[in-house]
Amino acid sequence: MLDIKNIEVFYGDVQVIWDVSFNVKQGEVVALIGANGAGKSTILKTISGILKPKAGEVVFDGAVVHKQEPFRLIELGLAHVPEARRLFVEMSVDENLDMGALRGEARKQRAQTKEMVFELFPRLKERARQMAGTLSGGEQQMLAIGRGLMSRPKLIMFDEPSLGLSPILVREIFNIIKKIRNEGMTVMIVEQNVKQTLAAADRAYVLETGKIVMSGTGEGLLNDEHVKAAYLGV
Amino acid sequence: MEVLLQTLIAGLLLGGLYALIGLGMTLIMGVMKIINLAHGELMMVGMYVAYVLFSAFHIDPYLSIIVVAPLLFLLGIVFQKYLINPVLRVEAILPENQVILTVGIGMVLANVATIIFSSNYQSTPVSYATTAWYLTDFWKGAPLELSLSLPWSVSFVFAIFITTGLWFFLSKTDTGKSIRATAQDYDAALLMGVNVKKMRVVTFGLGSALVGSAGCLFIPIYYLYPDLGGQFTLIAFVITILGGLGSTIGAIIGGIILGVFESLTATYLGMGWAPVGRFAIFILALIFIPGGIVSLFKKRRLAR
Repeated sequence: MLDIKNIEVFYGDVQVIWDVSFNVKQGEVVALIGANGAGKSTILKTISGILKPKAGEVVFDGAVVHKQEPFRLIELGLAHVPEARRLFVEMSVDENLDMGALRGEARKQRAQTKEMVFELFPRLKERARQMAGTLSGGEQQMLAIGRGLMSRPKLIMFDEPSLGLSPILVREIFNIIKKIRNEGMTVMIVEQNVKQTLAAADRAYVLETGKIVMSGTGEGLLNDEHVKAAYLGV
Repeated sequence: MEVLLQTLIAGLLLGGLYALIGLGMTLIMGVMKIINLAHGELMMVGMYVAYVLFSAFHIDPYLSIIVVAPLLFLLGIVFQKYLINPVLRVEAILPENQVILTVGIGMVLANVATIIFSSNYQSTPVSYATTAWYLTDFWKGAPLELSLSLPWSVSFVFAIFITTGLWFFLSKTDTGKSIRATAQDYDAALLMGVNVKKMRVVTFGLGSALVGSAGCLFIPIYYLYPDLGGQFTLIAFVITILGGLGSTIGAIIGGIILGVFESLTATYLGMGWAPVGRFAIFILALIFIPGGIVSLFKKRRLAR
């Protein structure tokens, strides 16, 4: 479904991603793990078109997407729930959800999808008229995920969804991700919360200083000595 | 008492027009993150178009909005697309390059207007320019006498209509919401499928159309000369700072406060003091409410 082929990404003159290739197959939950500054978010931003690769290809659902206008990708079925939520803080919860369904089919099914999102997150329904900026951290993350779902994506990418949340909320977020997967969506997740992420993922890639150094099944990596020492602290 | 009330009315009417000028600037400010220092000059262009339509074809200035608004919309789009966007793409030492560019655009507009129309003062002598309503005409035993100038009132009503229309557009339509989303978080808007580059262009056009319409509302009650733009750029700037950068409600409140304040200084200190009052407000706002009036609302909301 998603094929990343040998991408190289630069910030100005500084290369941050070196020859990275990986793929995500239909129906999978694939995790990208690594320390701060390893380039995880950069890779997601490259997939969703905010950044352009200097070399390599991003192929989504059979279409080469890195040369397209980034605002068209959401219509192809690619949603990106960005790091730090990035809500429209001076718009209501309702309007934020509307913004997730601006184009194509999603626009037509906006009302139905919103009901679905409200079912998943009843808290959002209670607060539909409230400004997004006044929500708590957990509610904001729910809204960010809900906004991503509004486009009815085939592949949804989460960038650090557990960032800044309490352990209980983190577990809730991972439960939601499991539900989303059961709905038939493909999930890609970038996390520093390695243990829970690997437990939830079918496969995972380990990223270090802009290069993929390991890959394997979620379970396999959980038991790997290097991963244990570097990310799990055991 | 009579004088005070009359002054407040005049200030409110002026404030409604100021709000319209401020709205255009604050929209552009919100989406582009730059101050458009050619804002007043765009208004001047709108006024000259209205002036030409009036003197050549006897079209009423209020009616000329139908021509001026789309024309200025196009002009704004051209400026954004072919002048400002190319500058945005250049990685420059000064991030303020685009601001400097807008100053240049303003200068060119003012000078082109001087070449075409000379620097003489012009006006559109409409037949109703001095028509006014008096309170005693409607209420014989009124304890005080107040008057309401017809063109000022009509301009004010138009300003309210346009502002309401803008509010509706920004809060109810997808395009309007997309503009607000682009202003609040550029990258997130892009991820949601907003064509952010197009929104920038549309917003610049919209801001220009708004200030151009404000020009049409001003010309029946004001006079016109090529350098008038600078003064209104400053007024718009003061309104946006006072109201809060990028905030539409702030621009409306800021515009009305400035209008009333100027009217008060003009009445009680003399006409010449109005600009002084304007900049006193500007400096006070910068010192005491650097986030603008909207930041006060936000603080209260958080405190609760």
